[in-house]
Amino acid sequence: MTVIEARGLRKAFGTTIALDGIDLRVEEGRILGVIGPNGAGKTTALNAIVGLTPYHGELRVLGRDPWTERDQLMRDVCFITDVAVLPRWIRVSQALDYVAGVHARFDRAKAEGFLAKTNIRSTNKVRELSKGMVAQLHLAVVMAIDAKLLVLDEPTLGLDILYRKQFYDSLLNDYFDGRRTIVVTTHQVEEMQNVLTDVMFINRGRIVLNCSMEEFQSRFLEVTVHPEQVAAARALKPIHERQVFGRGILLFDRVDRNQLAAFGDLRTPTIADLFVAVMDHQSSPSQAAAQGTYQGAAR
Amino acid sequence: MNTPMNTSSNVMPESSVESQAIAPAHIPATRRMYWSIRRELWEYRSIYFAPLAAAAVFLFGFLIALPHHMHGVKTLEQAHEALDTPYELAAGLIMGTAFIVGIFYSLDALYGERRDRSILFWKSLPVSDLTTVLSKLTIPLIILPFLSFAIAVATQFVMLLVSSVPLLGSGLNIGALWARMSFFHMSLMLLYHIVTVHGLWYAPLYGWLLLVSAWAPRAPFIWAFLPPFVIWGLEKIVFQTSHFLAMLQYRLIGPEPSSTAAPHGTVMEIISALTLAQFLTTPGLWIGLIIAAAFLFAAVRLRRYRGPI
Repeated sequence: MTVIEARGLRKAFGTTIALDGIDLRVEEGRILGVIGPNGAGKTTALNAIVGLTPYHGELRVLGRDPWTERDQLMRDVCFITDVAVLPRWIRVSQALDYVAGVHARFDRAKAEGFLAKTNIRSTNKVRELSKGMVAQLHLAVVMAIDAKLLVLDEPTLGLDILYRKQFYDSLLNDYFDGRRTIVVTTHQVEEMQNVLTDVMFINRGRIVLNCSMEEFQSRFLEVTVHPEQVAAARALKPIHERQVFGRGILLFDRVDRNQLAAFGDLRTPTIADLFVAVMDHQSSPSQAAAQGTYQGAAR
Repeated sequence: MNTPMNTSSNVMPESSVESQAIAPAHIPATRRMYWSIRRELWEYRSIYFAPLAAAAVFLFGFLIALPHHMHGVKTLEQAHEALDTPYELAAGLIMGTAFIVGIFYSLDALYGERRDRSILFWKSLPVSDLTTVLSKLTIPLIILPFLSFAIAVATQFVMLLVSSVPLLGSGLNIGALWARMSFFHMSLMLLYHIVTVHGLWYAPLYGWLLLVSAWAPRAPFIWAFLPPFVIWGLEKIVFQTSHFLAMLQYRLIGPEPSSTAAPHGTVMEIISALTLAQFLTTPGLWIGLIIAAAFLFAAVRLRRYRGPI
């Protein structure tokens, strides 16, 4: 089943184009990471998906138009945009009461189970909790909602590494069951690498890369090239080149593994490596025009 | 992977499978409305604290002044007169407090959730903008009037009880006094006043405040009160008339001559001068309700587009 389907999704704020024609298809059971620099349009895209902002173009989420059918959509979709949006005056018990009162898919016992593993007590008010605890509370509430789609926009921003680790672990272990779909944006790319099933790079309102993690691993290779073979390696058109301790590290897309092995040590790049490569590529227009690989690779 | 979160990972999937198997119960709109109103009462505790505090302060003052009031009371007539004014004052003070709370509440209702960013949380739940705005409207339109009515009646009842004590020794017939004060009738008139004036007549006022609250980029108080001043000033300068001011006065004071602040005569007398039929056939009532509906419709639409500020 297709959970999100977008064709020619556009959105402009005045003269600033936030989304410049996004085509996207997310199937059920995927965990899609949306990665891009600040102002790339990630949040705008996510806001369009959860019906917080109007848009141009075609967008269907669980078969519905998120802008005109937001109320019905929210019965099956849940989102956390930004940390610390829980109202500061609310008590933990009140938050649970309220969500249980308005949400048919909320399992209160489950939320209490998650909270029992934290230091949050039901009599606490949100203003008494630390930032990390507020994030834990929000996650506990959201994970107890049996939603088909969960959208997370920078859910761990400003949290320390322990909370972040716990956040992703509980998301994977206690929430994700293979049927649910998660879309998440983050700047902590490295921490997400093992969580994602799909990755999407977005820059200046356009998708510059969209592939599954299996594809990612088979397509991209990084080679630490022996100095004397740099020229030969460059002939295979690496998409990026960087220098570490005086040695060139070349990043290749869809180049035969055996062919590359001759130049030096091979490894699969991290998402962060590829991200930097692709963004560099984007920022030098002449190269981009010459190769155009990533426009072509984008679905 | 050794986080404490792991310990229950073999339990949780089962429970999620169970909850999947059972189709989620349908939640009726009334239940969403009920919880939305409860939410407002959690957040704005002044809704009930302020009228209660007003009642407590008034009762305290009444107790202190009681010996003075009751001094020299010999007849039922005198006792009635001595009690009449404090009764009016009690009701007026409590309802006035509730009215002020209603104004400040309405101005903050759709602004506060944007300021503290919690609108992003509320919008992530299946509660429509319409339900949210209507639940916020019920506070000044229904909850506050009825709450202040209940508190006013309770306060008056306590006053009647307390003032009966010094009369016990005077040989006056307390039962006759109670009958003369016609407690039940007075409460009924008060309820009538509350429903007609605070509930129906002031509806466009609250509608306007909620609209400003939904729209204002900042300082909703200024945005709510400045435009009327500007319109009044412009009209005065350009046309040298003050129709707008007259309209506002009409709206605030009501269709009956000075219904809320009555220096002479009682609220009951004034209201009984205007029958229900007369009230319901006042065009101003229906025009006001239509304007209120338009303001609310705009507020609902605006909330869709609004995010945190």
